[in-house]
Amino acid sequence: MNKNSNNVKILSGNEACAQAALAVGVRFFAGYPITPSSEIAEVLAGELPKNNGVFIQMEDELASIGAIIGASLTGVKAMTATSGPGFSLMQENIGYAIMAEIPCVIVNVMRGGPSTGLPTLPSQGDIMQARWGTHGDHQIIALAPFSVREVFDMTIRAFNLSEKYRTPVILLLDEIIGHVNEKVIFPADNEFEIINRPNPESKDNYLPYQETASDIPPMANFGSCYRYHVTGLAHDETGFPTNNAEKINQLLQRLERKIVKHTDDIVEVEEYLLNDAEIGIIAYGSAARSARHAVKLARNAGIKTGMLRLKTIWPFAEKQIRDFSDKVKLWIVPELNMGQIAHEVEWAVRGKVPVYKYNKVNGEPINPEEILNCIKDKINV
Amino acid sequence: MSIRYEVRLSGEGGQGLVLAGKILAEAAAIYDNLNATQSQSYGPEARGGASRSEVIISDDDIDYPKAVNIDLLLALTQESFDRYQNDVKEGGIIIVDEQSVTRISEGKFLLYKIPIIKLAREKLGHALVANIIALGIIAGISKIVSENALKQAIGARVPKGTEELNYNAFQIGLEESEKLVAVKTAE
Amino acid sequence: MFDYDYYLRKSKMPLIWCPGCGDGIILKSLIRAIHKNGFTKDNVVMVSGIGCSSRLTGYVDFNTLHTTHGRAITFATGIKLAKPHLNVIVITGDGDATSIGGNHYIHAARRNIDLTVILFNNQIYGMTGGQVSPTTPSGKKATTAPYGSSENIFNISGLAIAAGAPFVARTTVANPVQVERYINLALQKKGFSVVEVMTPCPTTFGRRNKAGAGVDMLKWQKEHSVTIKSAEKMSPLELDESIVTGIFVDIEKPECRTEYQKVIDQFKS
Repeated sequence: MNKNSNNVKILSGNEACAQAALAVGVRFFAGYPITPSSEIAEVLAGELPKNNGVFIQMEDELASIGAIIGASLTGVKAMTATSGPGFSLMQENIGYAIMAEIPCVIVNVMRGGPSTGLPTLPSQGDIMQARWGTHGDHQIIALAPFSVREVFDMTIRAFNLSEKYRTPVILLLDEIIGHVNEKVIFPADNEFEIINRPNPESKDNYLPYQETASDIPPMANFGSCYRYHVTGLAHDETGFPTNNAEKINQLLQRLERKIVKHTDDIVEVEEYLLNDAEIGIIAYGSAARSARHAVKLARNAGIKTGMLRLKTIWPFAEKQIRDFSDKVKLWIVPELNMGQIAHEVEWAVRGKVPVYKYNKVNGEPINPEEILNCIKDKINV
Repeated sequence: MSIRYEVRLSGEGGQGLVLAGKILAEAAAIYDNLNATQSQSYGPEARGGASRSEVIISDDDIDYPKAVNIDLLLALTQESFDRYQNDVKEGGIIIVDEQSVTRISEGKFLLYKIPIIKLAREKLGHALVANIIALGIIAGISKIVSENALKQAIGARVPKGTEELNYNAFQIGLEESEKLVAVKTAE
Repeated sequence: MFDYDYYLRKSKMPLIWCPGCGDGIILKSLIRAIHKNGFTKDNVVMVSGIGCSSRLTGYVDFNTLHTTHGRAITFATGIKLAKPHLNVIVITGDGDATSIGGNHYIHAARRNIDLTVILFNNQIYGMTGGQVSPTTPSGKKATTAPYGSSENIFNISGLAIAAGAPFVARTTVANPVQVERYINLALQKKGFSVVEVMTPCPTTFGRRNKAGAGVDMLKWQKEHSVTIKSAEKMSPLELDESIVTGIFVDIEKPECRTEYQKVIDQFKS
């Protein structure tokens, strides 16, 4: 490693998120102040105009998501950042971005809830809200980084997936990951891939919601001499509203398929000492840091423990979890909520091995010793 | 075997403990090429109230970024000493501001009493630099980061034009710690 | 003969608007005003919310965006900030802009972003069947105010004026020439401009309030329209029975995207 290199920094997750946004080409941010996410907006308020981009503090979160969808429609990469209460307010238009297939990234730095809850304390309580917060049947992509460096990488990945699949992507940080200052070495610009939305090849007979082999229609930027209609109503390939049952079904099935069909491309997990593990832990975000520490403590105590870390939360890593359920004797799922992912794990495991929850909702992080004690407990069951 | 060294800087808002934590972490991570994380307790108030900043230093990956078994506690107020002394591991170090922390309870820790805030005020004319004096003391006592690394980290973080003042503060802290170490060795 | 067809998506017709509705008059006036301004179709973005008026975007051959209820101005703000060269026009109604979207309406006016808002005020929620709106006059009936509304109303133009909009005008569909002229001026204005157009809803407002058919409601508009000047001499009671029309505000003031460009330009070397 290059000592004293400019790339080595002590940075918080929120700052890394803002830096990555700039690196991936975000040139529009609209947001509303909310703890513990505000640093993302603060950094971008300073940096975007330097990069020929625009920052705006909107009047509320409803407006923030509307503005980023509008900006993205013109071809500009756009994002917003918020926390639980603001995320609740954004839900309707997250559905709009899904329905109208407009790429954008929503960062949710999770804090304790419900309601105003615990503004300055960590939580992982919005896992299910990320999945089902907006009404109607839909697929969603949500990622959860566990380190500052990974915040950087996943912010870029969030945009890449959003552009590639023409869908909103939710980046789930939590207060710990957002605020911890950590040593990080950023990749150089040529060390990461940038994916941009598929553009149409020709103006002739452009169908904004065309059925294609990939299920992802090419997207023309508003104001680029393609004139078409965008609506949140059920629409046909032309983009205009329809009440034709066949056309409605065609649209909704394609929206479902374009994510489900690409699950393998979207889902990422990290295996940590799982090969010979008898005790498996499934964790994500800051709880995965407690869990990794606990795995080491358990190994030191002679207990073969490993972790499957969920980097992608949605779509769910069902296949990976089921595969490893043939190897481990039991799963422990520590979370800073009442067991939102544990429930999904139980469904994926389908009774092959026991699944134990370890939950904390009092605003404190999970101490690795707590997980170790849980491991010791379950071994003797 | 990897090292994991946990530092908690505690006192009240406005004493610059969050900045001191960042400097300590940067010294370790950027200039000493170790790993470091820094986090802080985060209250609704921007000024006043209890303040806490934690630094974990390691030569390995740092998984859990919060202190669980503290190696070194700095307490600039009685309240912070009372609240955190039990979190210090057996044989760990507690550095207190001599004037502010007057009621010391027994414990299996090594205690250093230094008039940090008084030194800042009397020798440098600014109570504000007590945090940097504290960094000098921590460097001298713990040796967890090098003097050179800390000095570079201070230079990179403090406001332009205040470098000399802060280097002096750091030097005073180092000298104090040398005295203390000497005293202890003689005991 | 003016060629409306050039600007229309005729394949999307017939319009969903009811017989006697005034919205079609606004549509035609708007097209004439856009034509007069010489905007190219590719550079016009028309953004609407939810409601009868907001269905207009489906019928015009521009870049058209039909958004969620109350949020048209927020989407339009994002578009204008990202691509300031585009002419961004917002089509909205009384409920869309001042009930569910009221906060965005006043903040866009305060911010002074260069959007032209054409606000169709029919004093009712037409599309959903005639529920009471923030502009349903006190005492008038709606499905959710079966005994007459007990509330006071918003003065929609007044809201925009108070929030700082540099161009605010009110007119009625009974006076299509004025509608076109005001929209024309609003389109020229660099800043947040509002044209509030009173438009009758015979189906859900007129019938329930014994206001007659569309033609009767137009006649009422014509007979009860007063200029700003004559309104000054009228009693509050008389004003309750009148529509004050005219240009309330027409001033120049700094526009937010233009001002932001100055910030961006500071960093260009």
